[in-house]
Amino acid sequence: MNNIIASTALKARQLTDEEIHEIEHEKTHYPYAQAVGLEALKIVQKYQGWVSDESLLAVSEYLDIPPDDLEGVATFFNMIFRRPVGKNVILLCDSVACWMLGCDDLKAHITSVLGIEYGETTEDNLFTLIPVPCLGDCDRAPSMMVGRELYRNLTNEKIDQIIADYKAKA
Amino acid sequence: MASITIDGKVFEVDEKNNLLQECLSHAMDLPYFCWHPSMGSVGSCRQCAVVEYANEEDQKGRLVMACMTEPREGARYSIAAAAKFRAQAIESIMINHPHDCPVCEEGGECHLQDMTVMSGHTYRRYDGKKKTHNNQYLGPFINHEMNRCITCYRCVRYYKDYAGGTDFGPQASHDNTYFGRWQEGPLESEFSGNLVEVCPTGVFTDKPFSKHYSRKWDLQSSPSICTGCSVGCNTNPGERYGTLRRIVNRFNDEVNGYFLCDKGRFGAEYVNSPERIPVSMTRDSHNSDPVQIEPALAKDALKKAAKGAVAIGSPRASMEANYALRELVGEENFYAGISANELGMLNKIIDIYQNKPVNVASVKDIEGSDAVLILGEDLTNTAARLALGVRQSAKNLGRQMGADLNFPIWHDAAIRQLAMDKLSPLYILSPHTTRLDDIAHTSHISSAENSAKIGMAIAHAIDASAPAVEGLNKEEQALALEIAETLKSAKQALIISGTSSLEPALLDAASNIATALHSGNSKANLALVCSESNSMGLALMMQGSGKSIDEAMSAGAKTAIVLENDLYRRAASAKVDAFINSLDQLVVLDHLKNRTGEQANLVLAAATFAESSGTFVNYEGRAQHYYSTFKPDSNIRSSALWLSDKHFNEITADCAAAIANCAAILELTPGENYNFAGLKVPRQHHRYSGRTSMRANINVHEPKQEQDEDGVMVYSMEGVPAIKDAAVLNSPWVPGWNSNQSIFKFQEFAGGPLKQGSKGQRLIANNSTEKTWYEAGTSDFSAEGYKVFPVYHLFGSEELSAYTPAIQEKATSAYVSLSPEDAEKLGLKASDGVQVEHNGAVPFVVRKAIQPGTVGVSVGLKGLNFQDMSAAIALDKAAEWKNPDLWRAANIIVSDKREERVD
Repeated sequence: MNNIIASTALKARQLTDEEIHEIEHEKTHYPYAQAVGLEALKIVQKYQGWVSDESLLAVSEYLDIPPDDLEGVATFFNMIFRRPVGKNVILLCDSVACWMLGCDDLKAHITSVLGIEYGETTEDNLFTLIPVPCLGDCDRAPSMMVGRELYRNLTNEKIDQIIADYKAKA
Repeated sequence: MASITIDGKVFEVDEKNNLLQECLSHAMDLPYFCWHPSMGSVGSCRQCAVVEYANEEDQKGRLVMACMTEPREGARYSIAAAAKFRAQAIESIMINHPHDCPVCEEGGECHLQDMTVMSGHTYRRYDGKKKTHNNQYLGPFINHEMNRCITCYRCVRYYKDYAGGTDFGPQASHDNTYFGRWQEGPLESEFSGNLVEVCPTGVFTDKPFSKHYSRKWDLQSSPSICTGCSVGCNTNPGERYGTLRRIVNRFNDEVNGYFLCDKGRFGAEYVNSPERIPVSMTRDSHNSDPVQIEPALAKDALKKAAKGAVAIGSPRASMEANYALRELVGEENFYAGISANELGMLNKIIDIYQNKPVNVASVKDIEGSDAVLILGEDLTNTAARLALGVRQSAKNLGRQMGADLNFPIWHDAAIRQLAMDKLSPLYILSPHTTRLDDIAHTSHISSAENSAKIGMAIAHAIDASAPAVEGLNKEEQALALEIAETLKSAKQALIISGTSSLEPALLDAASNIATALHSGNSKANLALVCSESNSMGLALMMQGSGKSIDEAMSAGAKTAIVLENDLYRRAASAKVDAFINSLDQLVVLDHLKNRTGEQANLVLAAATFAESSGTFVNYEGRAQHYYSTFKPDSNIRSSALWLSDKHFNEITADCAAAIANCAAILELTPGENYNFAGLKVPRQHHRYSGRTSMRANINVHEPKQEQDEDGVMVYSMEGVPAIKDAAVLNSPWVPGWNSNQSIFKFQEFAGGPLKQGSKGQRLIANNSTEKTWYEAGTSDFSAEGYKVFPVYHLFGSEELSAYTPAIQEKATSAYVSLSPEDAEKLGLKASDGVQVEHNGAVPFVVRKAIQPGTVGVSVGLKGLNFQDMSAAIALDKAAEWKNPDLWRAANIIVSDKREERVD
């Protein structure tokens, strides 16, 4: 009966079978379906790369959480991406230890190599650069993560190599 | 009680309250933002810091937040010792706050301004960049200016936790914290307007007020009563340059507390409508053009017409106006301006309130109940403030759980965490889903007659001497037993019903259930909602007589005087047409142009609530007085003064003496001889500007002080305000507290009842302990066609507020609601309309939870007259249909439950 009144409101995306399967699995861990909100957003991000409005609405409908509540969760955690990101997200640590050991220079180097500032994505959609407060790896600072890989004791040369490796993989 | 020391002074405090509340109650100025008497403490803003000392020897102490502290017997605290911390806290709060007070609408009544000054942060050291945000469009009621936000979270705690809104929330974190909707769009809660008062600064401001803004101190105001429904919320209208600028809440411990609904706050601007009747007019025949007539001549003409006339009173006119009309024509010629069915129901309500062993429930009583049954009343749309009250009652289970674990009752976050989704039981029997379904244990879809039957069965299950009913199916029998058990085991059960369903049997059932619950000294709470601001007063005026509008129209008189009433909203159009055609003369007193007034021979320009004084009686039988806010143009008079030559106070006194149960309406004001050291109560703030210049473009001479009807207040800044012990509390203000938070200085304790001013007088006394029953009805409904039930809209169904632009934006044109089965049977597609028997064609909506064979018909919306509907009607697909311009399906919000939503 939804079609009886025309609506200009945003429509939810259909969740994929894999997404639904994983969300259902998470649901078994919690007494309320609503508690799965954050996990469901992570699952969607895992498959889609980021959480679009349509995805947010889909999770909201699937778990019966008001979209406003889910948006609160999605925006609170800064590793939930509400804007599209590149295939590889570079999380460069800018916390105290990494700052002392020259992360600002590393950032300048990445920017000169890839042509992106913090929060930006390369035109070939391969890399997004984001600062992160601490990776808990201070003893081997400066460090950064690309995707789920941690890279430590960084130098400009190491970074060139890492970027080249990811480009080669693409 | 506990004895504590604050800065060397000993105070007796209630250890059940938090330390902040006790400090405020003892007249200390301790800053705060996030605490609110209705919402408890969360300790988020760090403004109410004090120092607590461990023992007598302790010199250093430790910082605690007063709002999160239980006063300990013998403990020692210092407010002064934490002054530096509070100044630092507010300095950091203020870092991102813009320096825009001169252009901010909150300026001059801003809690943040007050607290910043109070805590001593008077110089800004931060010269860096400030964080800025985008603002959202939040609909016609509220402006959004996020840059001013100090992240105290009060808005979220009010909107979501208190009012049950779902379309608003906090986003992001630290410097990016944002309060708004997921996506731009009108706020859906019917109580969104309270954000304006809940926000301590100017993030949320009153949008209609922006269009003709004036500073608080430049507004002339008075204690008033909302005309939107039968709850009678207390309001403070503000006027400048002869137009009503805004409505704010006026605290009444027992009625509205701190909160109004959006119709009450934004629905009063009909006072400024271009549809107002500005002057009295007359004409010889129906066809000739009306001509203006001087007030004195109009009054003469009215008096002449009164001889042998029938007079039709009004449920939206004051007691005084109705009484003056009754005096003018004689009791025998005075008729209530409502249908026989409604009058019969109102008379029944009075009988129940008077003679059944029940406790008539105020909003405060409703909030205190721990099991609620609503019979056929869509509260959110017919008496919205009660719906907000019921929402609070649902939280009592959580409070009880907290109390069992010795949690302090004010510890809001802890109690919410503890309760999670556990709510006190709420049962709703209604022909359609309602906006309270999200907190209801069970929402049972059933016609009004059937709900009455279930109600009778509930009463019988509680007390076997109550009459039994037959004809319920198994499921409904089980439901009745379940509800009976729930109500019986509650500490304070509450039954709510009312007149909006048009079904008298529902009142019988409600009365029987409440009666059945009576045992020993305990009485069940009962609230029976009426339709308009003075429905109950009009019924009291009729003193049990059944003289309805139907009788008035068949009385055979040649002249009729109609007081503030559009007859087409009371009876079928054809009947009203025939009645008006049979008259030689139709006299109408009203504020706004309507179908009845358009046909009158004599129209008298009547003052609205804002320009006149009077008494309304709310659904509980509580009489409340409203004082005129400003003097109208000389062509406009209050209806009571058009109809009578007596002084206004004499009319009130005569009414009190002549009408049964009404003696107490005389005690609502301190009386016309009231003065304090020879002075009256001012309507204007002592900082009111422009007194000598505001009329200078007309005449440089200041006009003589106008007299008002009551003789208690003056249209001036001269006089003795409540802060200097006047008996009437107008707009609250005390030095250092310019915002509405200053109200606590006028309360017996912070959040408690007011020291000055009237909370109204309950007119209907009840000492009954005897159980008497209404018999179950036998009528079984059977008629051809779709069975009609009324559907109300908070925005649009009520006559007066529907003239207000902001309300019109939230309203829609008339429509019918159908079940999916019936929509399919009628072959309806999305773009179709429905042809309604005896009426035109209208758009339709499909609602899953409507019983097939029934149709919900909107009341009061443009495009369809509910009075022209019979009990069952034929429906057809409309030929060549185009939705009307006023049709706004998005404004129809039927439920928070996703599956019931029409979108």
